[in-house]
Amino acid sequence: MNQEGILRHSATRLLGLIPTLLVLITIAFFLIRMAPGGPFDSEKVLPPEIRANLDAKYHLDEPLMQQYFRYLGQIITLDFGPSFQYKDWTVNELIARGFPVSLTVGGLAMLLAFLVGTSIGITAALRQNTAMDYSIMGVAMLGISIPNFVVAPLLILVLAVYQGWLPAGGWDWSIQRMILPVVTLALPVIAYIARLTRGSMIEVLHSNYIRTARAKGLPGHLVIRRHALKPALLPVISFMGPATAGLITGSVVIERIYSIPGLGSYFVQGALNRDYTLVMGVVIFYGVIIILLNFIVDLLYAWMNPKIRYDEVQ
Amino acid sequence: MNSPADMQIADPQVAKTELEDPFAAAMAGQDVRGRSLWVDAWHRLLKNKAAVISGIIMFIMLLLVIVGPLLSPWEGDFTDWDNTASPPNFETGHWFGTDAVGRDILVRTLEGGRISLLVGLVATLVSLAIGVTYGAVAGYYGGFTDRIMMRMVDIIYALPFMFFVILLMVVFGRHIVLIFVAIGAVNWLDMARIVRGQTLGLKNTEFVEAAVACGVDHKAIIRRHIIPNLLGVVMVYVTLTIPQVILVESFLSFLGLGVQEPMSSWGALVNDGAQDMESAPWTLVFPATFLTVTLYCFNYIGDGMRDALDPKDRA
Repeated sequence: MNQEGILRHSATRLLGLIPTLLVLITIAFFLIRMAPGGPFDSEKVLPPEIRANLDAKYHLDEPLMQQYFRYLGQIITLDFGPSFQYKDWTVNELIARGFPVSLTVGGLAMLLAFLVGTSIGITAALRQNTAMDYSIMGVAMLGISIPNFVVAPLLILVLAVYQGWLPAGGWDWSIQRMILPVVTLALPVIAYIARLTRGSMIEVLHSNYIRTARAKGLPGHLVIRRHALKPALLPVISFMGPATAGLITGSVVIERIYSIPGLGSYFVQGALNRDYTLVMGVVIFYGVIIILLNFIVDLLYAWMNPKIRYDEVQ
Repeated sequence: MNSPADMQIADPQVAKTELEDPFAAAMAGQDVRGRSLWVDAWHRLLKNKAAVISGIIMFIMLLLVIVGPLLSPWEGDFTDWDNTASPPNFETGHWFGTDAVGRDILVRTLEGGRISLLVGLVATLVSLAIGVTYGAVAGYYGGFTDRIMMRMVDIIYALPFMFFVILLMVVFGRHIVLIFVAIGAVNWLDMARIVRGQTLGLKNTEFVEAAVACGVDHKAIIRRHIIPNLLGVVMVYVTLTIPQVILVESFLSFLGLGVQEPMSSWGALVNDGAQDMESAPWTLVFPATFLTVTLYCFNYIGDGMRDALDPKDRA
């Protein structure tokens, strides 16, 4: 792929991110403001003077549109403002604290899912329509069908409570505490990737150039590794975008079940407490990550797929 | 997308099934036109054992969920103080055991199933209505309208939609109707894209051109050629959307953001069960099994329908 084409394409795509982000921020902002109740509603009623002071401090007394534009201006400087619930914390600090944890769990889960998913997908494709294929695909379907929040308690019950092999939850950056959350989070993604890989691998194995490679007398494993693997992985690459979004969503549940202090648990807490700035911050932060990852996946896909030439697009 | 060369060598399974298909028998029948698409698809579906078995299980599940609570001696919210947190026991009549306050798990599971399945169905219909209308309008008008409408879909697509469902639930309270709408309102994007693509493609197919050339009027073309071809894909998508929606609802209920007591759903029951699982694992295992079996079956039925109705699009 030529350099200029890729640059031009990247520039267009990056510009295209701006309206997406604007929509994201706008929807999130107005949605959360429509919620009945505010961040300072609690059991004890605040004296009106204090309430007024609080509202003024956080600019809640201004007209909504003014608050909206104020927030937009703030976002441009990458400042998500102070959290309403976690006193003395800014949203940036909370994200900086929670995200590394979520990223570790999510990143490891993605890695695991990619390695295991593609391997068993290829295994099934090479033994298409055998008992092995059917059982792998049956298990994969089960992986798609069992929700994370069912797998997690069952794993805790069996591996932590009954067997006592692994801790049931908590977080201290140790491998033992990472195993269960990472595996739970990865399972459905493994299943999807296995199904995708199997399907595309079967298709690739029936193509002419693979037949040619075989006819030349190339050993089977070399045919797979040198010729079939790359095109067969293309659908998996383009699935990485949605998979990331899925992992992030899944992490909300996983972090809750395993009591992991990641960004997902902050989000749920923030939503329940109407911590406007925190919820907005997390939504925008994750939105940007998903959008950027989709963008990277696109470039990766183009780089791997010889059929795509951005410079030749009419 | 793949090159045309790749497309031709799809799964050999398809070619084989098509050869075995009683084309000749169908041709011998009187109403050749009516049979071709649906009867063919139906035959292919019936050959898919996984889909057929799943269909039967889902039918039984539906019956159980609808009729079961009526036959049970227990009410869903009845608290049997003599048997709190008791394991499954046929003598007391609590076949699946009871939860911490003595409610019968079997009845709770079946009643939760009603809500879960209802949400699955209604929210899917909401997304179907929005998606088909949106997609058909975009595909039909084409040009500038289409570009703007699909650009909007692209934008919304990039948003972390689960967070929006959570936001919607928080903002508008946890009423069951809102669950339908909230889930449906974020789930229509795929449907819109697919319907738009189909409509665009169908407008220019040879058989539509042929029909035009034969002098068939537009209404008949839409009814006989466009809609049936659209319906197949839409039906497949509906079947695949239902389990997704059930999953989203359970997810919300699990977080405590879905249906509220005394109503229940499988997700809410799994949440309750997960909290008591060390002392009373049956409160977790039974609802979790029902939920999983349902999702499993729907996915198999959807897969089977996709293979049957839409042999070209298989991966």
